[in-house]
Amino acid sequence: MRARSASALAGVLALALAAPAALLAPATASGAGAVEVVEGRVEVGPEPSGREVELDTSVFVPEGDGPHPAVLLTHGFGGSKADLAGQAGDLADDGYLVLTYTARGFGASGGRIHLADPDFEIADARALVDELAARDDVVTDADGDPRVGLVGASYGGAVSLMTAATDPRVDTVVAAITWHDLAEAFFPQSVLGSDEPGPFKQLWASRFFLATAGRGAGQDEGTDPVCGRFAERVCGLLLDAAASGEPSRALLDLLAAHSPAPLLADLDVPTYLVQGMADSLFGVDQAQATAQALEEQGTPVAVRWSDGGHDDLGGSLEADTATIEPWLDHYLRGDGATAEPTAGGLPLPAFSWALPRSRGQDASTVQSTDDPGATSYETLALDGEPQPLANPPGGEPQSLTAVPSAGDAVDEFSDVVSTYPLAALPGQSAAFDTAVLDEARTVVGSPRVRLEVTSTGRSSTLFLSLWQVANGVPELSRRLVAPVTVATTPGEPTTVEVALPGGTWQVPAGARLRVLVTSTDQTYAAPRTARLDTVQVSDLELPTVEGASVLATDGGGLDDEVVGLLVAIGVVALVLLGAALVGRRRGHGPVDPALADVPLVVDGLVKTYADGHRAVDDVSWRAERGQVVGLLGPNGAGKTTTLRMVMGLISPDSGRVHVLGRQVGPGTPVLARVGALIEGPGFLPHLSGRANLEAYWAATGRDPAEAGYDEVLEIAALGGAIERPVRTYSHGMRQRLGIAQAMLGLPEVLVLDEPTNGLDPPQIAGLRPVLARYAAAGRTVVVSSHLLAEVELTCSHVVVMHAGRVVTTGTVAELVDSTDTTVVTLAPGSDPHPLAEHLREVAGVTEVDEVADVDEPHVVVVADLPRAEVVRAAAASGADIAGVSSRRQLEEVFLGVIAAASGSDPDLRQVRSR
Amino acid sequence: MTEDPGDPGARPTTETLPGRPLSLRAEVRRQLSRRRTLWSFVLLLALPLVIVAAFALGDGDPSEGSLVDLATGGAANFTVFTTAVSSSFLLIVLAALFVGDSLPSEAAWSTLRYLLLAPVPRARLLASKLVVGLASTAVAVLVLIGWSLLVGLVFYGSGDFRSLSGSTLDWATFGPRLALVAAYLVITLLQVGAIAFALGVRTDAPLAAVGGAVMVTIVAAILDQIDNLGSLRNALPMHDAGAWFALLRPEVVWDDLVQGTLWSVLYTLVLVGLAFWMFRRKDVLS
Repeated sequence: MRARSASALAGVLALALAAPAALLAPATASGAGAVEVVEGRVEVGPEPSGREVELDTSVFVPEGDGPHPAVLLTHGFGGSKADLAGQAGDLADDGYLVLTYTARGFGASGGRIHLADPDFEIADARALVDELAARDDVVTDADGDPRVGLVGASYGGAVSLMTAATDPRVDTVVAAITWHDLAEAFFPQSVLGSDEPGPFKQLWASRFFLATAGRGAGQDEGTDPVCGRFAERVCGLLLDAAASGEPSRALLDLLAAHSPAPLLADLDVPTYLVQGMADSLFGVDQAQATAQALEEQGTPVAVRWSDGGHDDLGGSLEADTATIEPWLDHYLRGDGATAEPTAGGLPLPAFSWALPRSRGQDASTVQSTDDPGATSYETLALDGEPQPLANPPGGEPQSLTAVPSAGDAVDEFSDVVSTYPLAALPGQSAAFDTAVLDEARTVVGSPRVRLEVTSTGRSSTLFLSLWQVANGVPELSRRLVAPVTVATTPGEPTTVEVALPGGTWQVPAGARLRVLVTSTDQTYAAPRTARLDTVQVSDLELPTVEGASVLATDGGGLDDEVVGLLVAIGVVALVLLGAALVGRRRGHGPVDPALADVPLVVDGLVKTYADGHRAVDDVSWRAERGQVVGLLGPNGAGKTTTLRMVMGLISPDSGRVHVLGRQVGPGTPVLARVGALIEGPGFLPHLSGRANLEAYWAATGRDPAEAGYDEVLEIAALGGAIERPVRTYSHGMRQRLGIAQAMLGLPEVLVLDEPTNGLDPPQIAGLRPVLARYAAAGRTVVVSSHLLAEVELTCSHVVVMHAGRVVTTGTVAELVDSTDTTVVTLAPGSDPHPLAEHLREVAGVTEVDEVADVDEPHVVVVADLPRAEVVRAAAASGADIAGVSSRRQLEEVFLGVIAAASGSDPDLRQVRSR
Repeated sequence: MTEDPGDPGARPTTETLPGRPLSLRAEVRRQLSRRRTLWSFVLLLALPLVIVAAFALGDGDPSEGSLVDLATGGAANFTVFTTAVSSSFLLIVLAALFVGDSLPSEAAWSTLRYLLLAPVPRARLLASKLVVGLASTAVAVLVLIGWSLLVGLVFYGSGDFRSLSGSTLDWATFGPRLALVAAYLVITLLQVGAIAFALGVRTDAPLAAVGGAVMVTIVAAILDQIDNLGSLRNALPMHDAGAWFALLRPEVVWDDLVQGTLWSVLYTLVLVGLAFWMFRRKDVLS
C-alpha cells in the first residue's frame, strides 16, 4: 500500500510540474491531417547579458484559406510547446490558427527563466502577437491588430493574463490554475486584512526549483550549476528565502511584480479564470482576487472552480477545460468578437463550481450562478476551551495535513486509515468542533473563523484546516490548510479573523465540522524557535450561494463506462436470447415416413478429424427390427467413429443417421430409445455400481419404474460388488456394468461397441443368448467388434468395414454360404502353399487364399467352375486333403473381401479368430 | 444371465424427451456425492474455527487498534475479517472449482458421453452444470459468512461493527449491508466461474479449467498493479472485487460496486454464451 502510494505520488508530481498546461489539452489527439504544422524560431529581446534569444515555435494552420482567428498558447512551468500539441491540434481542427511556443529558459528556446518577468517573458509573448499580426491568414481588427485569444495554465496562465493586460491587441484571455500575486502565493497569509507575508510554502518552491535547476546545468555556457537555467537574480533571492525561511523585501517585490496583480488595471478584455480546489499551490483565493479586481473595474470575467488542480490533475479538470472553447468561440468569432465587451452577456455563468466528488467517483456535479455576490454566511458556534499547543524546537515533527500532488493516492490511503492522526499530532494541535449538524449543507466559498492566540513569542505561525467528522472519523475533503502568521505580544491575547481555504463542501446531516489548529505543516517552512501558544477558535462562518442552479452533472451516477457496460450487457443478452430461441425452434426435423419403422439407418456418413485423418468415408448400412447386426472390422476401420456419429456425439461432415425415422443430431430426443456402450464404460468412480445406474437414470429424467434395474443387474451379474464403489471394479466388472447401463429402460436399439472387451469366455458365452433374446423381442442390437468368431456366433447380420469404408454387408448365412467358394481343409500340420500354387494354375479359378493354420490348414478357392471340378483339381495336387466344405468361416470371407478391397494389408492379421 | 425383454410398446416418443433430462436435482446429487464438494464445505466450516484458534494461540493481548484487536471485537468484525481473508483467494478457487470442474470431470470419467446419449440435450447439460455450479458458489459464500457470524457470536459477542478507520455501524445497518456484501461477492465470483466454465468446455482436464481460471485472475491482479494502464484496468476481471469494503463505510459510495457488478455480469454473459456456442456442435471424443 505504502509503496503504491509513493509511486503514484511520484507520477502525479512529475505530471504536475512538467506539464500543467498539458492538462488543458483534452486527451484526444490532434487528428485531422488537414492541419498544417509549421515549426519555426522567433527572435525576441536579448537577455540582460546581451545574449540573443530565439523562441522555439509551432504554428498550427487550419484547413481553408482563412483568414482565421488566432490563439496563442503558453505552457506550464518546466514544460514546452510539445505539451500543447494536442490542444493546439483540436483548436486548429475547429478553425483557429494556433501559435504555440516554448517559453524563454525552457526546452529548445534560448535564454533564462525570469519567472514571468514583464520585461522578458511578457515582452516575448507580445513579440509573438506581432508574429501573428504579420500573417495574412489571421483575422485583423485593425491594421497590425490580429484577432487573438491567449490561453494558458499555471505559469502559462499568468503569462497570458499579464500579456493581455499589457497588449491592447489581445481580444480575450483564459487563465487556468494560476496566480494573482506570486508573493502572496508563496508566502500566503490567511489573516483577513493583513499585509504581512505568511510562512514560506517551501515544499512547492523546492519543487519548482528542482524542476529546472540542475537539469539545465552544462547545457548553456555560464550557467550556475545550482541555479541551472534560472536567471541569477531570481534564483539567488529564492535560495536566500529557502535558507532563512523568511522572505527578503527584494524577493517579495520581485514576486509581486512578476504577477498579474499590478497589471490588472489595464486588463479590459473578457477574462475566464479556471481555478482548482485541489490546489495547494495556487488556491481559489488567487483567482478570486483577480476576479474581484476585474469586476470592480467592469472587465467581463467568469470564474470556474474545478474539482482538480495542481494536486489532482484528474477530477473535473477535463470537463472544466472543455468550457474554454465556447468562451473563445464567443469572443473570437461569435457575437462577442465585434461588440464592445460588457460585464453582462458572458457566454458562460459568471461563477460556476464543481461539488466534491465522492470517493471513487470520477466526475463531479457542477453548479453555477450568474450573481457571484450572492454569498451568505451562516455562523456556527465552535465548542472548546482555549487549548495549548507547542511549536516544537526546530519545527519537527511536522503535521501532515495537505499532501500536495498526492491526488487519489491519499484517497486510497485514507480508505484504509484515517489521515487525521498524522495531522493532529499530540501537543502540537488543538481541535474545535461544531455541534452535530441536523441538516445537510452545501458550502461554497471560503469559510471564516475567529482565532484568539496568546503566545510566548512575538509572532505566532499556525495552520488551520477544516475537517468533517462523521461517525467519529474525521475526514478532510479539501486537503488544504490556511497558514497564518500573527504578530503577538507575549502573554497578551490577539484576535484575528482567518479565511480558511476556499472550495466546496457537502456536509451530511449528522456530521460535525472541526477546525484543527496545528503549529507545523509539512508543506511550509515553520519557525524553528520553540514556542507555546494558547489558542481558541470560535464562530465558524460557512458561506453558501443563494439561488445556485445545477449546470451539469458530469456522469453523476451514470458515467460513460457504466452506460457502455449497460449497452454491452443488453446487446450480449439479446444475442444470447436470440440464439437460444433459434436453437429451440430449429429443434428436431420431421419423421421421414420411408424410414419411420427402420430402427437405424446410416446413410453416406463421412467424417474427417481435425488432424486430417479421414476416419469414415461414405458409410451406409441399416439395421432392421429383430436383427443383431455385427459391425466388423480391424482396429481403425472406423467402427467407433461411425457409432459416435450414430449417437450424435460427433457431427458427420456429410451423410445422415436416422433412428426410427428421426435424423440424429446432438441430443436428439429419439436417442432416448437407444441404449449404448461406446468405447468403454464411464462411471462416477466414487459411487457404487447401483448408485451409478441410478444416477444415470436420474440424468435421463425418466420414471424410475421404467428403468428395470433388476433385469439389468442380473445381466451385469456383479453380485454383492454392486454396492461397492466403481473405482474398486476390475475391467470386466466395469464392462458388464456398462452393458447393463446401456440396457436400462430396455431401449429399442442397443448399440454395443466391443462389448466383450475384458470379459472371460464364460461371460462372453453368456452374453450371446442375452443379445439374441433381446433382438428376438423385436428390438435391434448393433455390436461392433474386431473379433470374427464372436460376430459370427452372435450376429444375424454383418457390416464389414475396412479403412473407413463399408466393404460388404449381408446376413452371416449369406456371407459364409456361397456357390462359387470351396474350402479345402488339409490334414493338421501340412503346408497349404503347394496346393494353393497348384490351384492358381487351374483355369477358371479366380481367387485362392491360403490359411496356414497349424491345426486346420486350409485353402479357400473362388472359381467359376462347378465345385466338383475344383475338388478334382485339388485332389490332383496330391495334397493331404482332410475335408471339403462349401461353408466358409467368416474369417475367410472377411479376408477375402478385404483382400479384394485393398490387397494384402498387414493390419488384417489382428482380425484372425483366436 | 437371463433377460426377459418386455413389450416395446410403452415407449417414449421420437419427438420429445420423456421427463426432464439432468434436472437440477439430479445434477445437485451428482455434485453432492463428490468428495471435492464435501471437503470444500468442510474447509469453509473449519476456517472460522481455525482463525479463532489462531487468535487464541497468539501470545499476549493484541494492541489497541491492531488488526487482531479489530477482528476479535465482535461477531460483525470477525465476519468481515474472515470474509476479507477468504475473498481474495479461497472463494476464487472454490468458484472456479464448483463451476469449472463439473463438466471436464465428467469428460475425465467418460461419463460425459453417456449423459449426452442418455440423451441430455447439450444446452440442458450445460445449463444444469452452470446453475448448480454457481448456486454452489453462492451457498459457499453464504455458509462462510453465516457460519463466521455464528462462530463470532459465540466467541466474541455481538458488538457493533467497527471499521479500521474508527467508524461504527449498528446491527440494523450492518445486517443489510452484510447481505449486500454477500450478494456482491457472489456477483464478482460469477465471472471467475464463467471463465472456468468456458475453459471447462474447451478441455477434458478438470485441472486445466480450474487452474486456468485461477491463473487468469492472478494475471489480472498483477496487471491491476500496473498504474499506468490507468482506467483500462477497470476492464480486468476482478478489478473491483474489493469494492465491497465500500459497503462497510457509513456513507456507501456505489460507483465501484456498480462498475464491478456490470463488468462481472458482462464477462459472465459473454463467457457463458461462448461456452454454449462452443459446446453446441463440439465433437465429444472423451
